[in-house]
Amino acid sequence: MFDKNEILETLNMFREQHLDVRTITMGISLLDCAAENPDVACQRIYDKICTKAEKLVEVGESISRTYGVPIINKRISVTPISLVAAASRTDNYLCFAEALDRASKNVGVNFIGGFSALCEKGYTESDRKLIASIPEVLAATDQVCSSLNVASTRAGINMDAVREIGQAIKKTAELTAHIDAYGCAKLVVFANAPSDNPFMAGAFTGPAEPECAINVGVSGPGVVLAALQNVKGRSLDDVAEIIKRTAFKVTRVGQLVAAEASKRLNVPFGTIDLSLAPTPVVGDSIARILEEIGLETCGTWGTTAALAMLNDAVKKGGTMASSHVGGLSGAFIPVSEDEGMIAAVDAGSLSLEKLEAMTCVCSVGIDMVAVPGDTTAETISAIIADEMAIGTFNNKTTAVRIIPVPGKKPGDRVVYGGLWGEAPIMAVNQASPAVFINRGGRIPAPIHSMRN
Amino acid sequence: MSNTASYNAVITVVGHDRVGIIAQVTRILADANVNILDISQTILQDVFTMIMLVDTAAMSLSNDDLRGVLTDLGKSLNLNIQLQHKVIFNAMQRI
Repeated sequence: MFDKNEILETLNMFREQHLDVRTITMGISLLDCAAENPDVACQRIYDKICTKAEKLVEVGESISRTYGVPIINKRISVTPISLVAAASRTDNYLCFAEALDRASKNVGVNFIGGFSALCEKGYTESDRKLIASIPEVLAATDQVCSSLNVASTRAGINMDAVREIGQAIKKTAELTAHIDAYGCAKLVVFANAPSDNPFMAGAFTGPAEPECAINVGVSGPGVVLAALQNVKGRSLDDVAEIIKRTAFKVTRVGQLVAAEASKRLNVPFGTIDLSLAPTPVVGDSIARILEEIGLETCGTWGTTAALAMLNDAVKKGGTMASSHVGGLSGAFIPVSEDEGMIAAVDAGSLSLEKLEAMTCVCSVGIDMVAVPGDTTAETISAIIADEMAIGTFNNKTTAVRIIPVPGKKPGDRVVYGGLWGEAPIMAVNQASPAVFINRGGRIPAPIHSMRN
Repeated sequence: MSNTASYNAVITVVGHDRVGIIAQVTRILADANVNILDISQTILQDVFTMIMLVDTAAMSLSNDDLRGVLTDLGKSLNLNIQLQHKVIFNAMQRI
């Protein structure tokens, strides 16, 4: 028996605080689709995705109806295409992305991730071809997301890849200039990328993952914000505690949905990603949580400490609520997708440098950040290099999703709409890192990579 | 609250109090063959809050349809009416 307060608390979370399951993502291995003839490989890829994910959207919607829990996105992540396409005799990987795009549209999901390469230690021929195809793929397809892992604590940082992806981001921006470089929003560069991440644009299914699995991403910034409004004036011990309890409740809903989806689809449950993921909707913002904790505006001094506590408390509460935790599992701080972050940039309180500091205590930092169109490829690479160093040297995931918008200057704005939100153009340090970036090679793995 | 073990859903009605709210909600439930096991209501600062524990096992409508009918009624009476499965409360409020 539940008491009245418990019932009303739960219902308020759905009705007023935007609680939802952000995504059910089906991970599908494409390793068995490899073929010498690329047309054969693409057909196998298309057929396998359409078969495995045939009922994904239908089941997601029926779970949503049964339990009254909104499930916002149904998505697919696949084996990094550089592994699948390696056997094929072709230099252009656009055909693989087109097969993914067709399959994604056929089964009715809104994004498919996995036009990816894992090249933290070095390149295969296939990795090179994939990277070269990225700009054209992001311009020519609608739903395909791309990611690269260019660094890891075990391997160090592949600075050749960092240099080349900076150039690829610039080229993608040019090819999609008519839509404010939107193509760049579908590309994530990682250090220590998780192989079971359900969130786009960085989702892919790593080679050690099972044949097929259901990974779920929960949400709930609005629920955490509302809970914090009940502990005004209390100590940070109480703040951490209430975040933990709230994260537990939110994650239990995710676990329930994941278990049910797994049962109805007859696909094993993979992991729950505990990330607090904001949306541009007012009341669904990470920045506003930090401000509720006591900062006048997100980005001011104290932001990193507050974020560290938030992120840690979410993990502690969420871990107990789920049988398997994975993915990124850290608060997301994408600028364009968070109404409070946008306001903080507009107010001059949140800079790129502060975002970088915030990355030290959460999983993605320079995320959905729009920068001036004249930012050089070397500077973009150097921003990526800094983020990769934070991840590599601190044993954690970090990522960059950056959009150099052609023709735009600091103070201008780009509007992508929907979940992608809108982004103020942020100022970038103008001193050149070109010599550093053009050295190439690898940054060796840190000493603490040797743990054996 | 005894004999409520067989409820499988919770319906809540929140909004400004007026004549006939319970009558209209229960009529819909009766027509849909939904059994009401418990009703509690309070009025707090003019805000009417009703919580019903119901059994939908023999319901003649789908969850979706019942939710739709209740939402429509809620709109016409300017109330918020929600139907939520019991397992959600179990998941969130019990370890």
